[in-house]
Amino acid sequence: MTALSQLGGPPAAVTEKPGRRFTAYLLLLPGGLWLALFFVVPLVSLLSASLYDPSGTVETGYAVTGHWQNYVDALQDYARPFGRSMWYALLTTAFCLLLGYPLAYAIAFKSGRWKNLMLALVIAPFFTSFLVRTLSWKLLLGDNGVVVDTLKWLHILGPDGRLLATTTAVVTGLTYNFLPFMVLPLYASLEKIDHRLIEAGGDLFAGPVTTFRTVTLPLSMPGVVAGTLLTFIPAAGDYINAELLGTPQQRMIGNDIQNLFAAGAHPTAAALSVTLMATIVVLVLFYVRRVGTEDLL
Amino acid sequence: MAGDLVLSGLTKRFGAFTAVDDLDLTVPRGAFFALLGPSGCGKTTTLRMVAGLEEPTAGSIGLGDDDITGLRPYKRPVNTVFQNYALFPHLDIFENVAFGLRRRGVKEIRRQVEEMLELVELVGYGDRRPAQLSGGQQQRVALARALINRPEVLLLDEPLGALDLKLRRQMQIELKRIQTEVGITFVHVTHDQEEAMTMADTIAVMNAGVIEQRGAPAVLYDLPATTFVANFLGQSNLVAGTILERSGEDLVIDAHGSKQVVPVKRSRVADGEVWVGIRPEKVFLARAGSETDTGANSLRGGVVTDVSYCGVSTQYLARMPWNQELTVFEQNTGARDTFAVGDSVDLHWQPSHTFVLDARQDATAGVEAEETG
Ligand SMILES: Nc1ncnc2c1ncn2[C@@H]1O[C@H](COP(=O)(O)OP(=O)(O)O)[C@@H](O)[C@H]1O
Ligand SMILES: [Mg+2]
Repeated sequence: MTALSQLGGPPAAVTEKPGRRFTAYLLLLPGGLWLALFFVVPLVSLLSASLYDPSGTVETGYAVTGHWQNYVDALQDYARPFGRSMWYALLTTAFCLLLGYPLAYAIAFKSGRWKNLMLALVIAPFFTSFLVRTLSWKLLLGDNGVVVDTLKWLHILGPDGRLLATTTAVVTGLTYNFLPFMVLPLYASLEKIDHRLIEAGGDLFAGPVTTFRTVTLPLSMPGVVAGTLLTFIPAAGDYINAELLGTPQQRMIGNDIQNLFAAGAHPTAAALSVTLMATIVVLVLFYVRRVGTEDLL
Repeated sequence: MAGDLVLSGLTKRFGAFTAVDDLDLTVPRGAFFALLGPSGCGKTTTLRMVAGLEEPTAGSIGLGDDDITGLRPYKRPVNTVFQNYALFPHLDIFENVAFGLRRRGVKEIRRQVEEMLELVELVGYGDRRPAQLSGGQQQRVALARALINRPEVLLLDEPLGALDLKLRRQMQIELKRIQTEVGITFVHVTHDQEEAMTMADTIAVMNAGVIEQRGAPAVLYDLPATTFVANFLGQSNLVAGTILERSGEDLVIDAHGSKQVVPVKRSRVADGEVWVGIRPEKVFLARAGSETDTGANSLRGGVVTDVSYCGVSTQYLARMPWNQELTVFEQNTGARDTFAVGDSVDLHWQPSHTFVLDARQDATAGVEAEETG
C-alpha cells in the first residue's frame, strides 16, 4: 500500500494521514459519547450538588449558592467513618496481597495442566451476584453457624464470642469479595515473566529466595500495583459488606453517603462523595509515583 | 587434568524421547570448545545439564576434582550466556553485570564492573536499560554479566545466533579475543559450522544426542569419521565403492569400475562396501581423456551440468555415468582451464586427500541439516 503510493503521485504521508486520523476519531466516538453521557454529566451534577444550599429539600429544590461550607460540615461530622473506610480498605488490600500473591504464583508457575481450572475457580464467584455472596457470608459467620461453633469448640472464640457484626467480619467479607481483583493482575504479570530470567538468577549465584526477591518480585510489580489499586479503590467505597456483616460501629463512608442520599440530604452526600473521590485520586497518584511503576507498566 | 570439564555417560530423556544419549566428553581447561550440531540435536540440553538447569537422567559431570552432577545451579562455578541473553529488564546495564558479584557479596563492585564494560567495549552504557541497547550490545552485556564472575567454565548457547551476518563475524573475532585474554574455558554451542571452525580450537560434532566426532577443526575437516561429519562440516562427494585388497600401506578400492588408492590410515573400514569421500576443492577438473598425474585417483566420463561463478572460485556440477552429480570447486587462479555446461570432463585428486567411510552410513546424513539450523 505505502510502497505503491510512493511509486507514483503525491507522497504517501500527505494522502494517508487525514484518513487515519479520521478513523481514530471515529473509533473514539462511541466510547467518548458514552463517557460524556454517563460519567461527565453525572460528575458535573455531583459537583454542583455538593455546593447546593443544604436548607432546601428534594421537593422544594435547592438554591445553587456555592455553599463550600458543605465540605467543612461533612468532614467534621463524618471524619470517623471516613478514616475507618480508608483503614478497612488498607487492611483488605494487605490481606488480599498476602493471600493473593502465593495463589497467583502457584497458578502461574506450579499448576501445570491444572492452570485453566484454577483460573476458572478464581473467577467462579463472579457467576453469582456480589450481594448474594455477601449474604451467604452472613449465614456462614452467623452466631450459630458452623464457623463460630468450630472456633468456640477450639477455644479460639470465647463462649459468648461472635464473628458476625464485628470488624473481623467486615474486613473478611471485603477481602473475600476483592481477592479476584488482586489475583488476576498478579497472575497476568507473573505469567508474563520469561522463565529464563529466573534461571539466569540461579545461574548467577542467587538461591531461590534471592532470585525471588531480586528478579521475580520486581518483575511482578506492575501486577502488584494494578492489584492493590483494583482492591483498594472499590473497597474504600464499599458499603455492602459493612451493611450486611457489620454494625453501626463498622459503618464505612459508603454507608453514610447512601443513608444521606436516601434521607434527601443531597448536598452533604454529594460533598462526601466528592471528597472520597478526591482522596482516592490523590492517594493513587502518590502511590503510583512512590512505587515508580511508570516505566514498569 | 586439573580443571577439565568431564561429562561421562551423560543422558537426558524427556519421557520416551532421548535428547542426549550416553555422552562422553572431556573439555580441557582453558579450551575454546565448540559443540556443533543441527537444531534439535541436544546441544542446549547438554549445556543446561552442565549449568545445573536440567537434571541428567543418567551419567555424571565432573569439574576438576569435583563431581558437580547434583550441585544446585547457584553453587556451580559455571556461568551461562543464554540463547536470547535473558538480561534482567528491570535492572540497568551496570546492575545486570554486577548481579553475580552482589550475590556473592564481593567488594569493589564498581571497579570490576567498569573493567568488564571496558573489556566488552560498553563504557558509558552502565545506566541504560537492556531494551535501549542493540542486539549486538545486549549480547556483549550478557557476556560481561557471565564473565565478571570468572567462572571455571563459561557456557555460551548460540550467543551470536540472533545477530545479522556482518555483526556475527565481528563478534566471532571479538569473542575469540576475549577468550584469549581471560583464559577461561569456553563451551560454545552453535549450529553454524563456519563459526565453529573459525573460533574453536576443538570441535565436537553432535547429531541426534550423540557426539559423532571430536577434534581440531582442520583434523575434522580433513578426515571426517562419519558421513554426517563429512556433509555437515563443509561439503563432500561420497562415491560408492568396494575394497578390493590391501597393498602395503594403501587400500585399493573399486568405484564404478575405476581403481582408487587410499592410505589405510585414512579409511574407517578394512573391507567390504564403502563410501569414497573427497572434498570438492580437492578435485581437479580436466578435459575428458587428458593425462593424469601419476598416482592420482580419477573418475572419468563426467558431463558438466552446472557452472556457478563465485568470484574467488567456480563451482561445477558434473554428472557421472552412474547418474550421480559430483561437486568441484576450482580456484579462479587464471592458470586453470574453464568449462561450460555440456563439456565432457574427468575428475582427478590425490590419494592423500581421499577418505573412506562405512557404506552402511547414510550418504546424505547432515546435508540439509545446516540449512534448517
Ligand atoms: N523440556 C523438554 N521437554 C521435552 N522435550 C524437550 C525439552 N527440552 C528439549 N526437548 C527436546 O530435546 C531435543 C533437543 O533439544 P535441544 O537440546 O534444545 O536442541 P538444540 O539446542 O541442539 O537445538 C529437541 O528435540 C527438543 O524438542
Ligand atoms: Mg538450542
